[in-house]
Amino acid sequence: MPHDHSDHPHSLLPSDPDLRVRTLETILTRKGLVDPAALDEIIDTYAHRIGPRNGARVVVRAWTDPAFRKALMEDATTVVAGMGYYGRQGEHMVAVENTDEVHNMVVCTLCSCYPWPLLGIPPGWYKSDAYRARAVREPRKVLAGFGVTLPAGTAVRVWDSTAEVRYLVIPQRPDGTDGLSEDELMALVTRDSMIGTALAGRTG
Amino acid sequence: MSRAHDMGGRFGDGAVTPEPETPVFHTDWHARALALTLACGALGKWNIDVSRHARESLSPTDYARFSYYEKWMAGLADLLADTGLVSREELSGQAPVQSGTNDRMLTADRVASVLATGGPADRPSDIAQQFAPGDAVITRRLNGNRLVNGGHTRLPGYAAGARGRILRFHGTHILPDSSAHHLGDAAEPLYAVAFPAAELWTHPEHPGDEVVLDLWQSYLEPAA
Repeated sequence: MPHDHSDHPHSLLPSDPDLRVRTLETILTRKGLVDPAALDEIIDTYAHRIGPRNGARVVVRAWTDPAFRKALMEDATTVVAGMGYYGRQGEHMVAVENTDEVHNMVVCTLCSCYPWPLLGIPPGWYKSDAYRARAVREPRKVLAGFGVTLPAGTAVRVWDSTAEVRYLVIPQRPDGTDGLSEDELMALVTRDSMIGTALAGRTG
Repeated sequence: MSRAHDMGGRFGDGAVTPEPETPVFHTDWHARALALTLACGALGKWNIDVSRHARESLSPTDYARFSYYEKWMAGLADLLADTGLVSREELSGQAPVQSGTNDRMLTADRVASVLATGGPADRPSDIAQQFAPGDAVITRRLNGNRLVNGGHTRLPGYAAGARGRILRFHGTHILPDSSAHHLGDAAEPLYAVAFPAAELWTHPEHPGDEVVLDLWQSYLEPAA
């Protein structure tokens, strides 16, 4: 192991995180290895263009179009790519559907794997030690922290994203939502409902 | 034989704190750290498994005290030094020297296509699929990397030596245990494997609960 010793090269940089990042960016820019305009473009992409509204569009189509839903469950990668949602951290997609019998919930205990093209950059809590440590062992207590209590007859299936396969939870469509428009339905599909820590149509 | 990142099932962590969908980045330097990591990855000197292993190789003390993007920055700095893209002197504050490998620099006009192209992990493999959905399997009791002592692996400690069943076959994928150490793709069959909570935890919350992990064929043995 190159760095199983005390002198990790990162320790040569300033320790304050803000200063550390700015120093590294300056070094890399002056070496001609990084273009600051490209960094701006990456940030703008994930701050404003690629986020959980993409996933919500997929969920609403699954709720409203049985043929789409069937195709999505069989080959999510191809189906969501057909909607323009493909790329980094979404190369191998699987959709998992919540039912009265099974509630799905996604974690990455080893790092922070997450379906970027559909949900964007993961929230802080998804990347936290507490979520990574607890979600696999006590998912129901974690869900309670999000205000979710499942019926005793519903099993929890936690997906630990240990490979390059990314999981999108298809939450259950809330009762009483017949006749809502696509936009109204999309508003029910929160980011957390597609990770499995919330139910669609409910906040907190 | 564990590392600090392998924390699934650990006791002692506190509450998980929900947060709204926006802002995506809580401070400027978080956004900058993410973008720097992606831009440096595009230089082509390492793959995603190498970069994960760099973060996992932080000392347990640093891994625990660093916030998320601090881990990314530390892992990135170590990789830049390892690959020679940046010298230790430059990290220490000496004037940077123009790089000879800047022809691969990610430019703003290429960002959209690079992000949209991604990096698929499926590869052809000569290794035959050994298991089918429904088959009973047991994970290796020792979850260490078998190619490199202390190396990268994706079998978490909490799921080592556990009995589960094959849920689905994902095709043949790059083996991180090999790829993280520049030893080649070594693609092999990858499966989603379901484990009853009672197989993993002394006090499972509910008899019907399961945990599913994506596991490579060489992590698994047939169960009688």
